[in-house]
Amino acid sequence: MDLHFGDSAPTDEERAAVDSLLGPATSAWEGAENRSDADLRWARGGREARERRDLLLPGLHAVNDRVGWISEGALAYLCRRLTVPPAEAYGVATFYAMFALKPRPAKVLHVCTDLACAAKGSAQVCADLEERVGAPGAAAEGFAWQSSPCLGLCERAPAALVLQAGTPYDTVPAQRDPRLRDVGASARATGQDRPDEGPDDGGTTPVRADPAANGAVVRPLRPVVDGATAEPAPRRQAFAVVAPATADALVDAATAPEDAPDEPSAALAVPQAGQEGLILLRRVGVVDPYSIDDYRSHGGYTALRTAFDIGPAGVIREVTDAGLLGRGGAAFPTGRKWQATASQPDRPHYLVCNADESEPGTFKDRVIMEGDPFALIEAMTIAGYATGAHVGYLYLRGEYPRALRRLENALTQARLRGFLGDDVLGQGYAFDIEIRRGAGAYICGEETALFNSIEGFRGEPRSKPPFPVEKGLFGKPTAANNVETLINVLPILTMGAEAYAAIGTENSTGPKLFCVSGNVERPGIYELPFGATLGDLLDLAGTPTDIRAILLGGAAGGFVRPDERDIPLTFEGTRAAGTTLGSGVILVMDDTVGLPRTLLRIAEFFRDESCGQCVPCRVGTVRQEEALHRIKDRTGAEASNDIALLREVGQTMRDASICGLGQTAWNAVESAIDRLGAYK
Amino acid sequence: MTAIPLQLPRRLLEFTLDGEPTRVPEGATILDACRAAGKDIPTLCEGDTLTPKNACRVCVVEVEGARTLAPACSRRAEAGMKVLTDSERARTSRKVVLELLASSTDLSTTPRAAEWIKEYEAKPDRFGPDAARVNETPKIDNDLYVRDLDKCILCYKCVDACGEQWQNTFAISVAGRGFDARISTEHAVALPESACVYCGNCIEVCPTGALSFKSEFDMREAGTWDESAQTETTTICAYCGVGCNLTLHVQENEIVKVTSPHDNPVTHGNLCIKGRFGYQHAQQR
Repeated sequence: MDLHFGDSAPTDEERAAVDSLLGPATSAWEGAENRSDADLRWARGGREARERRDLLLPGLHAVNDRVGWISEGALAYLCRRLTVPPAEAYGVATFYAMFALKPRPAKVLHVCTDLACAAKGSAQVCADLEERVGAPGAAAEGFAWQSSPCLGLCERAPAALVLQAGTPYDTVPAQRDPRLRDVGASARATGQDRPDEGPDDGGTTPVRADPAANGAVVRPLRPVVDGATAEPAPRRQAFAVVAPATADALVDAATAPEDAPDEPSAALAVPQAGQEGLILLRRVGVVDPYSIDDYRSHGGYTALRTAFDIGPAGVIREVTDAGLLGRGGAAFPTGRKWQATASQPDRPHYLVCNADESEPGTFKDRVIMEGDPFALIEAMTIAGYATGAHVGYLYLRGEYPRALRRLENALTQARLRGFLGDDVLGQGYAFDIEIRRGAGAYICGEETALFNSIEGFRGEPRSKPPFPVEKGLFGKPTAANNVETLINVLPILTMGAEAYAAIGTENSTGPKLFCVSGNVERPGIYELPFGATLGDLLDLAGTPTDIRAILLGGAAGGFVRPDERDIPLTFEGTRAAGTTLGSGVILVMDDTVGLPRTLLRIAEFFRDESCGQCVPCRVGTVRQEEALHRIKDRTGAEASNDIALLREVGQTMRDASICGLGQTAWNAVESAIDRLGAYK
Repeated sequence: MTAIPLQLPRRLLEFTLDGEPTRVPEGATILDACRAAGKDIPTLCEGDTLTPKNACRVCVVEVEGARTLAPACSRRAEAGMKVLTDSERARTSRKVVLELLASSTDLSTTPRAAEWIKEYEAKPDRFGPDAARVNETPKIDNDLYVRDLDKCILCYKCVDACGEQWQNTFAISVAGRGFDARISTEHAVALPESACVYCGNCIEVCPTGALSFKSEFDMREAGTWDESAQTETTTICAYCGVGCNLTLHVQENEIVKVTSPHDNPVTHGNLCIKGRFGYQHAQQR
């Protein structure tokens, strides 16, 4: 491999951003500014450098977080450091929506226009914004705004996220005095019942630019030294969540994200917070998400001790007996997956937690990670122990900065207390977790695409077989589980498989989280045992009388009619009713947006998010969007030709696409035509 | 010039192909079995010298009991499998895939595309006159070959041939996402500024003519390209001692392009810039 890096040089800031992740370059071979005599004698790089390919995505994040976009010089420098061909790195960088390869302002405002936010008036917000600051993409008033797919803030729709690039921080959040945090928060708290971690939203909380530095191989971050630090106040990395959003609040937040009002506690997303009988949500809003002691005083880390008592095979037996099915959408038996991974002779094994929650209308994983982050760390440790993995990767959605900070803090604290590391709880089991951040690609929620993304390649799904339990991350046996699936393991171990299996129905055991949003009185995450009906859930959330449609399972799910309240919310019940539970989305829509417009938004979503690898999905999603655009104001015979076209293209996408994205992209639209009588 | 590589005998496994019991060596794909049985399955992203990406999905077949169709080029035959290559479902998918491709890209130089479109009764026009197309103009940035991305179906073969499967140059990659994805150099720089070494092995594997010799491109533009008037002569490259085979395509006593036999056990159809493009001295008269 004779790499060709071009002539563009990185700026000092870009070089510092990359070096903060990888350490300074040690030779001219990897891009050091001055060539030494030794460089002339020995070539460096080669296989050792190429084995760090998985640091490409964290490296792109480091530059993008620091500067706001990735220049030719920055990309070339990163490629030199990692011995990655620039064409490939360019292919990877252009794959992700959150990276820009053209100059843009350091502040970018992402305004969600997806289903739940559209139902709550995001169109008006965008129109107001356009009037005030101009068209999307254009830089005005120091920031650029763009519309965004679902940000996972559906309970507070319409939502928006401001991301400001700037200098990172080096302080470990865990070392901050919690009292100081409370003081800081209450001084600026704006009426919420529980002061949350104000400072991190306000930009004074330490931020680590490098999620990879949390990993088993800890690459110490050093204070960044560059010209900018000589200035009195360098622009710092910050974010602000504005939800519910108005154009005025957005302009304020985008102008000065550090000064934006604090985000309310994660508990606000859980209407049942603090109620008796909750299993998965019992700690959300009750414990301090920053304190491992508080977690432990609320029953934390008892499941891990049980796991060590009964051994890996015992854990797998309990999980299998409990009948736990994957909660990410595919409902695969978790015990079988773990058993299949654990029994592979090939080593090492990996554990991957899929926290790339991007299905429109889904926000349960965010609420768990923000409200009870230690639970996920504990559950991952148990899963790693059961499957024989010593490294766990937590692939977190790029649009979840608050969850990132809380998880980083949780990892640091767990390491300090011996709950992660070379010898977990003195049991002789080594396990650590690395957070990898996505960068705006729905497809990376597909497990094999997620592996490619972690490995530093384009997030394109692989064809199966071979399955991940056999050849997954880095080609090794891998157990990949969703956040909600993993945290279900805790009650299975603490209450026992039998007691757990007694919850719910025979084929769908345990509690389930539902993401209720749209036109309901009390949107949020609800926990109900499997077996509750759609009507039960809607009564809890409070629905208006003029519902037009209910979307189950997100954009890849299906619509049902408001009169189908008797559908049992179980895997088998929804299947029997010809629909799907998917990721647990219950999105309630009245008539304000209109069904054709909603369906068009779903088609736009899949067109934008198709990775482009296979023809049925790459071109099929475009043709479907075109057809839905043509018939948005038509009905009956006028629409019938296009509906026939949609059906045939949809069937081909379902039959011939490589992965689940293409195979399910037509589901929701089809169900709207067949079940709701759209375009009749 | 065919060499049959020696290898250990492989176990045969039996499965049903269109109702007929079929035996193939273990590890063979469904496509291998189809070809051995004389069945003609359309393929685009499959190539005899590459591991297919199975991205084009034009070779899909129905495997009984499977939820989705399977790409014949990549799915290995399994004992007891029941495969239908010509079912209604498989034919519909192939037809729609051909329609999707033909409505978005220019398949005019794709061998057999017109024949398949006719065979499967595909109607690319059904998506209307406003159907989005790739809409690219040919990139002519060097004297040796042309990249006409309007004809590109994103089969990934050139990327694989340039990168890890053959050349290890990694000058090109897929950039962007979805319908906007394109084969590109870094920052879409011109080829002379990229890592390209002009081996032309990407042209060798391109199934649509999106990558072509400048000589072929110019002659097609001028309307003088006439494959029926061409002769193909396989000879040995005179540049170095490796002894690569060259197939010279000659029209009106001029070499118009150079390929290499794919079954050559040393080069598998790959050449370097000298063998591929350095033929002008042979026609200095």
